[in-house]
Parts: sequence; structure tokens; C-alpha cells
Amino acid sequence: MARLIRTEKEVEGRFEEVWIVVEEDPLEQWPAGPLAVVGRPAPRKDGPERIRGEARYTADIKLPGMLHAAVLRSPHAHAKVGRIDLAPALALPGVRAAIGPGEANGLEEEAGFAGAPVAAVAADSFAQARAAVEAIEVDWEELEVVLDPDAAVERELLTDEPRRSERGDVERALVEADVVVEATYRTQTVLHNSLETHQAVCEWLGDTLHVYISTQFIWGIRQEIAETLGLPEDKIRVVCEFMGGGFGSKNSPDEYTYVAAELAKRTGRPVRCALTRREEHTSAGNRNATIQRLRAGARSDGTIVALAGEFTNSVGWSGWSAPTEGPMRMLYACDNVRTVTYGAQLNTPPMKAFRAPGFAEGTFGLECLIDDLAARLDVDPLELRRRNYADSNEGTPFSSKNLEECYRLAEKHWERRHEVRAGSDAVWKRGVGMASQIWYGGGGPPSYAWVRLGSHGRATVITAMQDIGTGTRTAMAQIAAEELGLPLEHVEVVLGDSDRGPYASISAGSSTTPSMGPAVRAAAADTRRQVIEIAAQRYHLEERVLDIRDGMVVSADGNLSAPVEEVVGLLEEAQILGKGARGPNPTGMSVLTFGVHVVEVAVDVETGEVRVERVAAIHDVGRIVNPLGASSQVEGGVIQGIGHTLSEARLLDPETGRVLTTSLDAYRMPTIADVPEIACEFVDRPDEHLTNLGSKGLGEPPIVPVAAAIANAIRDATGAEVHELPISREEMLRALREADARAREKEKRGAPAAV
Amino acid sequence: MRLSVNGGEHVLDTPVGTSLAHVLREELGLTGTKIACNEGHCGACTVQVDGVPRLSCITLAHAVDGDVTTIEGLREHPLVEAFVRADAVQCGYCTPGQVVSAAALVAANPQPTREEIRHAMAGNICRCGTYPKIEEAILSWQG
Repeated sequence: MARLIRTEKEVEGRFEEVWIVVEEDPLEQWPAGPLAVVGRPAPRKDGPERIRGEARYTADIKLPGMLHAAVLRSPHAHAKVGRIDLAPALALPGVRAAIGPGEANGLEEEAGFAGAPVAAVAADSFAQARAAVEAIEVDWEELEVVLDPDAAVERELLTDEPRRSERGDVERALVEADVVVEATYRTQTVLHNSLETHQAVCEWLGDTLHVYISTQFIWGIRQEIAETLGLPEDKIRVVCEFMGGGFGSKNSPDEYTYVAAELAKRTGRPVRCALTRREEHTSAGNRNATIQRLRAGARSDGTIVALAGEFTNSVGWSGWSAPTEGPMRMLYACDNVRTVTYGAQLNTPPMKAFRAPGFAEGTFGLECLIDDLAARLDVDPLELRRRNYADSNEGTPFSSKNLEECYRLAEKHWERRHEVRAGSDAVWKRGVGMASQIWYGGGGPPSYAWVRLGSHGRATVITAMQDIGTGTRTAMAQIAAEELGLPLEHVEVVLGDSDRGPYASISAGSSTTPSMGPAVRAAAADTRRQVIEIAAQRYHLEERVLDIRDGMVVSADGNLSAPVEEVVGLLEEAQILGKGARGPNPTGMSVLTFGVHVVEVAVDVETGEVRVERVAAIHDVGRIVNPLGASSQVEGGVIQGIGHTLSEARLLDPETGRVLTTSLDAYRMPTIADVPEIACEFVDRPDEHLTNLGSKGLGEPPIVPVAAAIANAIRDATGAEVHELPISREEMLRALREADARAREKEKRGAPAAV
Repeated sequence: MRLSVNGGEHVLDTPVGTSLAHVLREELGLTGTKIACNEGHCGACTVQVDGVPRLSCITLAHAVDGDVTTIEGLREHPLVEAFVRADAVQCGYCTPGQVVSAAALVAANPQPTREEIRHAMAGNICRCGTYPKIEEAILSWQG
């Protein structure tokens, strides 16, 4: 039955109150632990297609008569188009159309960053389009460039209202604390660098716009284009069968889609607009830099009594101010917490969500500060975290929280630190560090799925979601197979096309499995119920004694054992269709994910080289659907985290605001040679309050604690305190020199030197 | 221009200055070879020329002087099944290039050590971070 409810919807820490219709048939959760299919490792169903190069990505779509678009981008960080002349471009060979500011969404007269889209050309080939873009004549009026986030905050150049939170009395608690620590942490701008660049192919068929796009949110693309172009939503079809990575940067259509749609309209031909790698570095979004000015106070028994943070997100020209303060507010029990977060609007490329936006950065600051506090209190860092365990989220109960179990599983890795330290020599110092993880990942409605069961006894899950590379097809097939009692090989998944399935959730905010999984299970249960009803009539048995196991319809007394295809075969070539919807999240509860990482590093104290040697990643994300795919998610998050911590930085020219690191030799991502041993463990307990599945998301949690755990391991190895990401050799050597000076100062004052 | 690809001969009327990756994808329809940076930094476009890995996005088609093998020519290679088993694929955009590089490695050295794998595969970037699984797949490629 359809029920209308008012509920809170969360994506990446942003909440909104929405009305939703839920048509959920309540199902009891399955018991914990591995079942017949769910909870058992399954290789990807679409692995062969992807590995053999057969999977068709947006980059591989080639429509008859397709033209190629190129975009003219501002060379200035802040400027206005005075005069623009497209005629020289239109006169060049192969050019079919050109558009300027205001003629497609995203092409604007005022360029707020170097790389902002201004005009575009469609031509027979991409090379011709590129050449034509260069021929466009523009007179620029240069405007004031603001690059310093502190100056922007001071001048109230902000993307969002400052976000303030306070509980208790922080100043009083700091005065009364036995120990107070204070530090400023800075994190850098990093680039998503999905290997498939942002791109779309648009084609008008009659009055319907077909959009092939590399995206994380088919239905969001459809809705946003409809709104922008003033089209009915059902006049837009969005297709994304395979996509080459997004990491948060591909949730919206953006200028390349609107450029392709407009040029396709003007030329009557399909148009591809694909960013180059260099455009990807200047114009496709980034994780913004942050400045975090933090204070913490504690009693000598290790109770944290005050936490205070002033956070500045260098958002850029557009984007949103991510919850960098979130970990400080949520990770520890502390009566007195005050945060303020500013989103600085700068003449720099736009912020876009990047794998746990805000929390990856905020955890670096907070968890380094906690280790600073542990050192000052002379308390074991793991023990300090346990002493300040939060039992609620600022008063709201957790739907489930097994962080204590994560800590217990971490002990064996933490105990290795004595042995690891003993592996140090005069040059290479070794140590172990840890950091906790908190993040969202509960997903939510609305999300729908259908399950079709054919007379051959094989099922197809149909839903217009996307698989961004996280193994969605496989997880959904496992859930359906479990509910239907079919072997995994007998379940296929059809997704990636708004015309071929019901509405489905965004694949961002670690929400795919928790949003879609329950809908798929409900649809499979509806199908299963129909099979049982038919079997009961066919074999003159009561429905309640029938079950489906391993592809067989069986009776409780064991007298009936008929293949599913024998029952469904009664339909001849027809099919059974089951429908399912995602129910609401539990009211009055915080649905969050938890974890802890324990990292071992080696630091060359002469050169400042840091090597991560081992990472133990332990996560509590409810029920694990596919342990093999889950371990891949964790490894991927850890490896991206290592890049963010040690080598990746998008650099700007401090005078002009132009991106200096425009290629992959200048912007250094981890290679296979940079990967440490990664040990991955899950608590794997279903969240009993969350849906019919009890699963939370896992995409983002593994990146969250990496930087802090590495920095804390460096402190353990060397005594040096790093305050900036990336921990370049320069930053490492600075921290080593500072630690040295501190030790000498202490010695001079007669205190025993730090060991 | 004559080009030998996966055992087939092609006579093409390709303008001088065209990259091998462009010819493979646009003229021969072999879209298994991916272009991700188009300037020789990431390895997604890796093909073999006479068994040696080559970055096809910075190789001029006219300068190719040997037999080209793309992922389409390696679809039955045991490495494909090894990659599936090990879950050495996430978004999959870099994966054909990874398999082409790995196939060249195991042809020259059927039982590579972890260090040899890391050395041979360091030119193939995977942003999803499937590296541990790729290492696993190559170590176990013979089943």
C-alpha cells in the first residue's frame, strides 16, 4: 500500500525534509552472517565485459552524423567578456555551429576562474572544433582576483551563510581543563581525475532529448535538464550503462551537457562534448582546500571536556561548503563543542563533492589533534578514543554503532607498534598511528526496482540506476538471488537507462546499496510471493509450507521439489513481474558508518620520504552484501587516501590563479608501486533499524581516516607533527626540524628530552 | 597506410599525424583501447606492438612498424579470467590497458614476482585503486 510520509533525506551530510511515497511491504531482515548468496564473495557480473573492453562507456558512443564540440575557456581567473566575435570560428573548415555567453547553460559572460566556460563550437571533428575555438575573438575586461581564503572570509565573500554550532560552554570548559592543545591544520585541493573525463552526447529525436552521459545520477540529470531547458521530464532520456569513475564529481549535467544539447538542436545532429584531461584539471571540480583552527581541552583522566574549531573551506567560484566540522561535532562524547564553518568564494575552480567531502579533511585535523592530546596526557591513543566514546549523535540515538567492536578488532594491529618501532634504524624511523572514522552512508527513499522472472526460471532486476564501478550490478543480483532462492548465475541486472526502469537513487554519499538494495529485495519478494501462489494452486498445497531454495520450489515435508522453471513454465512465454520500493529510514535515529584504521609508516629522516608500509582498515557498515567487492572498495578508498595524504596537490599560480598542474605527470596519483599491504576487516552486523537489508554504504568511509592515521604514525615514528597535506618532503622535513628544536628547547630547560 | 591489428591487415587512408589510438578507436571501431589522458601519462591506451607495450595515444599510426595487438586480440587470454576472479576491476576504464600490459609481462616472464609486477605495471594508472587485486590476478594468472 502506498503511504505518504514526511522524512529527512541525507546526501553527503546535507539534509532536506521531503515528502515521499513509500509502498514498502515490510519484510523481516535476514539473519546476520553469510547466507546462500548474500554475504558470500562474488566476482563482478559485468567483470568480463569491462575487462575485455566490450563495455560501452559514454566515450565509446558514436552516433551516425555525430559532431564534436570544444569549449572556449577563460584564460583569466576573473574577467568579463567585453566583446566576443564567433564569426572567425564559423568560417573555418568543418565548423557547423558556434555559441557564446548566455546561449547555453554554463556559458557565461563573467568568468569566475581560469577555465570557466565561455563559448563553444561544434565541428565534424574534435580537432576542427578545437582549432575553431582558438579562432574566437574575445576582448576581456579583467576584474579583481581573490585567491586568499582568509581575506575572502574577512571581506564576507562567501558561498554559503557561515555555519555555527554550539553545545555547552566551550570557553569555560577550556579554562577548567587540565590540558589544552591548539593547532592549525591545512589540507590541499585535490582532483577527482576519473579516468573517463566528464562528457555527454546529446541527440534530439523529435522533441525528445537523448542524453548519453558519464554520470552518478541518471534521474538527477533528467530532472536538472528538464528544469533548465523547460522541458517535461519524460521528454528527456538519460543513458549511462557504464561509466569510468566519478568519485562525487559527476552528479550534475554541467556546461558540457548543455553545450552538446544546444549545439545538437542548432545543427540537427548528435553532438559529443567531452572534456580533455587538461580541462578536467581546470574545470571539472575538486576537493577544496581547508584551513582548520582547532582547540581541545581535557581533564588529566583523559576526558575530553572541550572542542572548538574554526573551519574555512576554500570553495572556489562555485560549489558548497562541505561539513568539515562534522567529525568534531560527532565523533566524540564531549559536552562542550563549538564550531564555525566558512565557505570562501574565490576565483579558483569550483568545488565538487569528492568521496566524503568535509569529513576526509575534518578527520585529518581532529584525529591529529586527538593524538596531540594523547601525547600531552601521556595516554595511549586507542585508550583515549575509547574513554571518549559517543553513545549518541548530539543526543540522537544511533540506529547502530559498532565502533567499539572496530577498536577491539584493531587491537592486534595496534599491538604491532612495539615491533614496528624496533624496525627503525638511523635513517628510517618506523611507527604506527590510528584514526577513527565517522560518516553518513544510510541512503534513503525514494528508490524503486522491478524483478522479472521468466518461464526459463531466470530473473532480471530492472531499475534505472547506474553502476559507477562499485559493483552495483553484482550486489543487486546477489540480493535478488537470495530472496528468490535462485543461484546467482540465474539473475541478471538491467540498469543505466531512464527509459528502461523505475526511478533510482543517486550513486553518491555511499548510498547505492542502502538505497537500492532494499527496493530490489522488496521487488524480489513480490516475485517470490507470486511464484509460491502459483505453486500452491498447481500442487494443491498451502502457501505457508512452500519455499524456494537453490532454484527449486520445495515443501516443508520434503514431498515437493520442483524446479522454479516448471512452475513459472505454466505461464509459457509470459513472465512474472514483482515491484519493490525503498522504505523510510528509522525516525529519530542517526544512521552513520564507523571504522578505524591502523597504519604503519617508515620515514626517511634525512630526505623526508614517507612510505606507508601497512594499513589495517576496519569498518562497521552494517551487513556486507559482497565481501569481495567490499574489500575492493576499501582498498580503493585507502589508496586514494594515500594519494591525498602524500603526493596529490592541485597547484595554482599565486599571482594569476591559473592551474599549474594540468597534466598527470604534474599531478601525481598513486601507482601500483605505491601501494602498501592492506588488511581489510568488517564488523558485518546488520543495522536492525535500517530497512529490510540492514546494510549501509561503503564507498566513502575508507578514505576518511587515512590522512590522520598516516600523520599519527609519522608522529609515533619521529615525534614530528605534520600540519599540512600533502605531507611532501618539504613539509616532512619542516616538521622534523620543528620536533628537533622542541626537543632541544626542552633539554635546555632541564626537562628530559622526548624519547 | 598498412596496419596489422590482431592478425588482420588493414589498408587505411589516414592523415599523417594521426595517433594509433585514434585510428584504432575511430577508424577500426576497436573501442576496447581507452583514451584517458591523451598525452602518454596514464597507460589506459596501452597496446602491444610486436609484443611490447606501447602508449597508442602518443604513437603516430604511420610510425608503427610491427603487428599491433589490442585488448580485442587478448579477449581469450587467461589473464581476463584471472582479473574477473580476483575482482581486479572497478569502473573498468583502465582495465583493458592493464590487461594488455600484464599480457606483455607474463609473455616475457610467466611467473613474475610482486616486485616485477609492480615494476612492469607502474605505468598503468587506476584511479579506483584496484592495484592489490591486479597484483593478485597477475600472480595467479595460470589458474
